[in-house]
Amino acid sequence: MFDGPLADAPLPAKRIADWEGRSYHWTMAVLATLALLLMLSPTIVVLVISFTSGLSLRFPPPGFSFRWYVALADAWQLQFAAWNSFKIAAWTTILSLLLGVAAALGIARSQRLSARLLDSLFMAPLVLPALAFGLSALMLFSFVGLPVSPLTLTLGHTVVCVPYVVRNTVASLTQLQPELLEGSASLGASRMMTLRRIVLPLIRPGIIAGGFICFMASFDNIPVSLFLRDAATDMLPIRMWQDLEGKLDVTIAALSGVLIVATVTLMLVMERVAGLSRRLA
Amino acid sequence: MAAASPAGFDPRLAWPLGSFLALLFAVPLAMLLVISLQTGDGYGFGQYAKFLTDWFSLRILGGTLRLGVEVTIACLVLGFPLAWLHARSPGWAKSAITLVVLLPLLTSVVVRTFAWIVILGRQGIINNALVGAGLIDTPLRLLYTEGGVVAALAQVQMPLMVLPLVAALGRADPNLADAASILGAGAWRTWRTVVLPLAMPGIIAGCLLTFTASVTAFITQSLVGGGQMMFMPAYVLQQAIALGDMPFAAAISVIFLVCVLIVVALLSLLGRRSRAHV
Repeated sequence: MFDGPLADAPLPAKRIADWEGRSYHWTMAVLATLALLLMLSPTIVVLVISFTSGLSLRFPPPGFSFRWYVALADAWQLQFAAWNSFKIAAWTTILSLLLGVAAALGIARSQRLSARLLDSLFMAPLVLPALAFGLSALMLFSFVGLPVSPLTLTLGHTVVCVPYVVRNTVASLTQLQPELLEGSASLGASRMMTLRRIVLPLIRPGIIAGGFICFMASFDNIPVSLFLRDAATDMLPIRMWQDLEGKLDVTIAALSGVLIVATVTLMLVMERVAGLSRRLA
Repeated sequence: MAAASPAGFDPRLAWPLGSFLALLFAVPLAMLLVISLQTGDGYGFGQYAKFLTDWFSLRILGGTLRLGVEVTIACLVLGFPLAWLHARSPGWAKSAITLVVLLPLLTSVVVRTFAWIVILGRQGIINNALVGAGLIDTPLRLLYTEGGVVAALAQVQMPLMVLPLVAALGRADPNLADAASILGAGAWRTWRTVVLPLAMPGIIAGCLLTFTASVTAFITQSLVGGGQMMFMPAYVLQQAIALGDMPFAAAISVIFLVCVLIVVALLSLLGRRSRAHV
């Protein structure tokens, strides 16, 4: 590669450096490939097994069929639970967006101590064990005499899901260029108009990404639902969990297949609409 | 300063969520504390004494924290190289890797755990492959073991480790590593003295998220670990729902909460110090 004296560099040292560089790159590349496989394979395994023609979770499957997807059409308990989970997740997302976007506007770009404290309060539900919160929320609701219902479920879910909306909205607000706001104000726009015409359109991708993650987190929530649902409100993840504890039902595999396809589709849509991968990494 | 710009937003906008969380998050936690102090005939630390003098309870707490450490280490060992790969990939590959990492994060926890039942089961992939290769005669017991729980949980929580690492490595100036190697430092030495310290805030943030998520999770533990293995969340559930002993369940929750908070505080302290060095 080099002419002149560099080409005559002492060989042993060069070989050591070479070996070291190669061992480093190989170790990293092998571990990274392993990690990628580990991330992908469970999803692929579930998709493959959901098309099994057999009665068990034997892998590889003895043959392929749509029988478990057909069985899913008759699984009214699962459908009922899925509808409940969808409704609660939708209400939770609406409530979280209303409270969370406003709160993000209130605390973002502020250096005040009160804003930093509020920020910690808004993020706290993410760190503390959700199960402990579910239990304590049940204690509060029974103390004030509010029976568990879809309402208590929505309130509880909002507590643990609203941080995603706040975090993503704050992140896009911090990237906002202050000149835009100043320009808008100096051209005579009222604050409300600046908010509506400048700020909201610019931070919309962040709001959408936050709302999406909030929805998925609520749809998948178990620890809070365990305590705050009533007997009539069966939630999908709890139903699936209990079905899997009892018997290894292959219908769950078909349902998992549906959920995976729905998740991937939504993710790709969000990638287009809100640049999901850039936003979260 | 941008913060003082004329179009700064009204801080009062944060009040609705502030009062919502004060009422529905802070008040319940305070109630949890009060109820945990209830004993049969008044108030005191009876429930805490009961937990702290009971070997069975202490073993559950110790096992839960150990599980969290094991999963965090597994995620770090595999997650760091993945973030490294992300940092040196071209744009489209970066998005692809991020989506692969995000997929498990957004897929239902029950679905992810279900996959591990298929992988680890008696007729699962690993056992069928080993029997097919003639390495073993009878299927191994992989489900209902701690190793199985760690593997499944590591996959379930990996995104929480990788995303902060990707952010940290993406921020680090690649010229620094190049400079080190041009100055004669070997690849491993560059990694130890330049790359690792630069990535430290991301490592700590990732460890914090992975640890708290693994110790507070319980679906994976219950399905892959089975009924034999008990961790703190399942212990709270058992006392609260199956046995209806609310004061003891509350005390367990508070002890668990305090332990998690101590780990979080220690890691954030480390994070602040590491940032100070960078």
